[in-house]
Amino acid sequence: MSTIGSSHPAARTLRSRLLARGILPGLLAGLLLLALGVPAGAQQTIKIGVVAYLSGAAAGPFGIPGRNGAEVLIDAINGGSLPAPYNTKGIGGAAIDAVFIDEAGSTTKQVEEYRNLVQRQNVDAVVGYISSGNCLAVAPVAEELKMLTVFFDCGTPRIFEDASYKYVFRTAAHSTMDNVAAAHYVAAKFPNIKGYTGINQNYAWGQDSWRDFELSMQLLMPKAKVTTAPLFPKLFAGQYSAEISALQASNSDVIHSSFWDGDLESFILQAAARGLPQRSTLVLTTGEANMFRLGAKMPDGIVIGGRGPYGVLARDTELNRWFQKTYADRYGTPPVYPSYQMAEAFLGVKVAYDKAAQRTAGKLPTREQAIAAFEHAQFEAFGTHINMALGNGHQAITETAYGLYKFDKSTGTASITDVVRFPAECVNPPVGAKSDDWVKGGLKGAKCK
Amino acid sequence: MLTFVAILVDGLIYSSWLFVVAVGLTLIFGVMKILNVAHGSLYAFGAYASASLIGAYFNAGWAPLGSFAVILLAALIIGVALGLLMERGLLRFMYGRDEVIIVLVTYAVFLILEDVIILIWGTSPYFAYQPYSLLGTASFGVLTFSNYDLALIGLSVFIGGLLWWGLTATRQGKMLQAVIHDREMALAFGIDVTRMFTITFVIGAVLGALGGAVTAPQISVTPGIGVEVIVIAFAVVVVGGMGSIPGAAVGALIVGMIRATAVHLIPQVELFVIYAVMSLVLAFRPKGLFSRAEARKI
Amino acid sequence: MMGTDKTLTVLGATLLALVAAGFLLPDWAVFLLTLSLARGLVVLGLLILWRSGLVSFGQALFFGTGAYTVGLLVLFAGLRDIVALTVLAALAAGLLAWLVGLLLTGYRDIFFAMLSMAFSMILYGILVKTELLGSTDGFNVPHPTFLGYAPAGEKMRVSIYLWTALVSMAAAYGVHRHLSSTMGQLGAAIRDNEIRVEYLGASVRRVLLIQVIIAGALAGAGGAVTAFAVGHIDPDAMAYWTVSGEFVFVTILSGTGHILAPFLGSLLFELIRSFAFQYSPYTWQMVLGTSLLLIILFLPNGLWSLYARLRKGG
Repeated sequence: MSTIGSSHPAARTLRSRLLARGILPGLLAGLLLLALGVPAGAQQTIKIGVVAYLSGAAAGPFGIPGRNGAEVLIDAINGGSLPAPYNTKGIGGAAIDAVFIDEAGSTTKQVEEYRNLVQRQNVDAVVGYISSGNCLAVAPVAEELKMLTVFFDCGTPRIFEDASYKYVFRTAAHSTMDNVAAAHYVAAKFPNIKGYTGINQNYAWGQDSWRDFELSMQLLMPKAKVTTAPLFPKLFAGQYSAEISALQASNSDVIHSSFWDGDLESFILQAAARGLPQRSTLVLTTGEANMFRLGAKMPDGIVIGGRGPYGVLARDTELNRWFQKTYADRYGTPPVYPSYQMAEAFLGVKVAYDKAAQRTAGKLPTREQAIAAFEHAQFEAFGTHINMALGNGHQAITETAYGLYKFDKSTGTASITDVVRFPAECVNPPVGAKSDDWVKGGLKGAKCK
Repeated sequence: MLTFVAILVDGLIYSSWLFVVAVGLTLIFGVMKILNVAHGSLYAFGAYASASLIGAYFNAGWAPLGSFAVILLAALIIGVALGLLMERGLLRFMYGRDEVIIVLVTYAVFLILEDVIILIWGTSPYFAYQPYSLLGTASFGVLTFSNYDLALIGLSVFIGGLLWWGLTATRQGKMLQAVIHDREMALAFGIDVTRMFTITFVIGAVLGALGGAVTAPQISVTPGIGVEVIVIAFAVVVVGGMGSIPGAAVGALIVGMIRATAVHLIPQVELFVIYAVMSLVLAFRPKGLFSRAEARKI
Repeated sequence: MMGTDKTLTVLGATLLALVAAGFLLPDWAVFLLTLSLARGLVVLGLLILWRSGLVSFGQALFFGTGAYTVGLLVLFAGLRDIVALTVLAALAAGLLAWLVGLLLTGYRDIFFAMLSMAFSMILYGILVKTELLGSTDGFNVPHPTFLGYAPAGEKMRVSIYLWTALVSMAAAYGVHRHLSSTMGQLGAAIRDNEIRVEYLGASVRRVLLIQVIIAGALAGAGGAVTAFAVGHIDPDAMAYWTVSGEFVFVTILSGTGHILAPFLGSLLFELIRSFAFQYSPYTWQMVLGTSLLLIILFLPNGLWSLYARLRKGG
């Protein structure tokens, strides 16, 4: 390699000065010292590591709302300001001290960061994870390190179906529910459609979503056919002019999509400008998260889901009203489904610790005691009911709902009409069944009323 | 018939977009032999600036058609500001170094700029959708196209033509061509190569930012849009031959058409298409389609 | 700059130090070291190629092949022994490197880089489309066994680490021998002037092909070790172009001054990134980019030049 530029006199002097101060060895030593650093804090606090996307494409729609949801809950729990029955201070009496970590980077990086959270920062629990890949990778590490870990958003059903875990929980239902319910909604509201297709991102989430939707449709609407090969554009492609042309040419009555965030918004903007939603009914399984941002730009009549009973799809209960108001007052925008999911993960931790504390007469429960209380727990959440029914009591099922989008131009508010709710046992696999087999095998055991 | 028209139009639209995005990169490489990874950041900055300015423009309630000028303005501001900053402030100290080192420098700049974008604009998405529907739509049977997308075809042809004219008909352009062919010889003939470098880099930066600025009305502008663009732009530039403007045009056309065909006929392969094309072209033309024959120095 | 007699001693001493560190350092540090060493293996291969004037932006192809070979063998063939798995992964990657290298060695400079990247992205595309392997979610890899010994928990972590240290130092020695050999020295000659090397009677294509194979096998071993350490394999962590970019980043960071440079550079990169993540979760990319710039500006020959200069300075 040539080093012509670096032998310039000025550069040499500067470098010698730096070297004289021994910056590099000093830096290394400093880093190592920092690392072997400070031990864990006081007794009556519980340190919780919170992991969500703070940078990159998933930050805006999921990571930041999730983090906001965490902040709302942590402050409310520490201050005892949640409505009854959660109005006690702390979890099991201990205050929460939170550490936030960015979920960005590969699974290798996230596994490393998880270990750092547990072994370097000495947390007592970890709540987080949006990416299914990260959830899958972190779960066995959580077992190995015996660290209570609560997943709040990742969608893959595989976590508790591929293996059993003692230390890992998920307080939200998985993605099979979203797509089975979507098919149910289409069957209920659009019984006479002839053809459908889909456009999903080309990775596990998109592939799984389409598969579950298509299989459910074959069961629930056998007369409807797939019009054209479903489209799988690259994640973050952003530009869908060719795809929209293909969708127009297919003349489908219904178009399914599990698109999220920037891709969803770009797709809606481009499709609406070209008249696609007017001719085909779009079914957006994660549309709720983008509702408020798109506002008037999203055409009426699109089928919207929120990955569960969250946001405008949540029931009107005191807990829900409290959460909506507290969140909106603090952040200036209503909470969306990731906020709900994160808040409910924290609620689950509180429920577990409080319940365990009842048996330890005021002493802070151990992790194992909290876990025992968490398994099979059922509790009221923000506008819904959570039942830790699957995965030996570690995987939650909830009801879900879908509706039609409506934007009121006079008031400037977005809302959802024609809401149909689906009970948990209708759209989630029964205890002991694998989601894949359940959907392929005809949704046996589903209790839909 | 319908599918054929769809493939043709979609292919042209995508190719135009590819060309606008990639031409700045190939220009910079051709003249300065720098593979600018930060091109992705310029694209993203252009998109954000465009979105912000368009938003402010429409809030101020001025004539809608003027928003197109705003797009160009955004690209110019970003391109000149960042281009000058990068070239004068950093790159010019690196000119004697190994090409790979310079690539790494631009990679480092890219990382820094990604976070700068988040610091300035935050993580929420920005919309600048108004210009997109301003020009209306055009229908062909059951297909409806946005005229904005079609206008993009015109824009890319215009830019290509302008660059071509600039390079072949103006004195400065011919001097630039001399620098592309043989830097040492050009220097020996008294051409101010350093100034050429600065001008070229700024023009390339403006073009990169223009790619983003023009795309902003079509999409939701979020963090990370620059990353995807880098690989695509590289692929087009490599296929066309580094430093060749007609090469970038042909490369964009090939990749765009093949992708449109894949989407309409065999969606399953869409993910591979760009890399397969790149590998195929390189297998037969090792230096890209429009590469110059270089004399071997012994 | 590369003393042949001394290097074996240095590597041996480093190995002993690494072994000791494995028992003395906290768990998270051992994990960090394991990943750094694994990455160092890949960078060793890039070091060879760089000396010959080539930069590969597609080592993720071989890294991913190594990782997925391990995954597939464990899941479908029930093979659990770490030695067998590592060797087979390196072999698989080396074989692929031979096939790919037949085409790749015809290219130079940026085209070599781009073509190698194109191949790695094709593998990525294939993996993403393969739902059997979990597509982008990937799948988990159960713990390996060590010639019959099947540890669990922390002992297993340390065992994986020790194996990684052994493989790294052995590979470092092997690469050092290669670079000191005639063929290795031809690399530098090829970088300077290929045509003259041909005139001298040596086959440039042959040398480069062998070096691509070695680099590929090393990357495969690195991928295998990472798969054991992390316990999870997916295309984004193993085959995407940003993974290759990271390897190149570390290669330049380390410089080519000594055979240990790749491991040191890899460790420093890991430390910088890890601390940037912890202390500036919203701006860690900026911190990383700035560090890289500073090092390129002030230490043009990579990290090792600093050490060398300090030694000379006395």
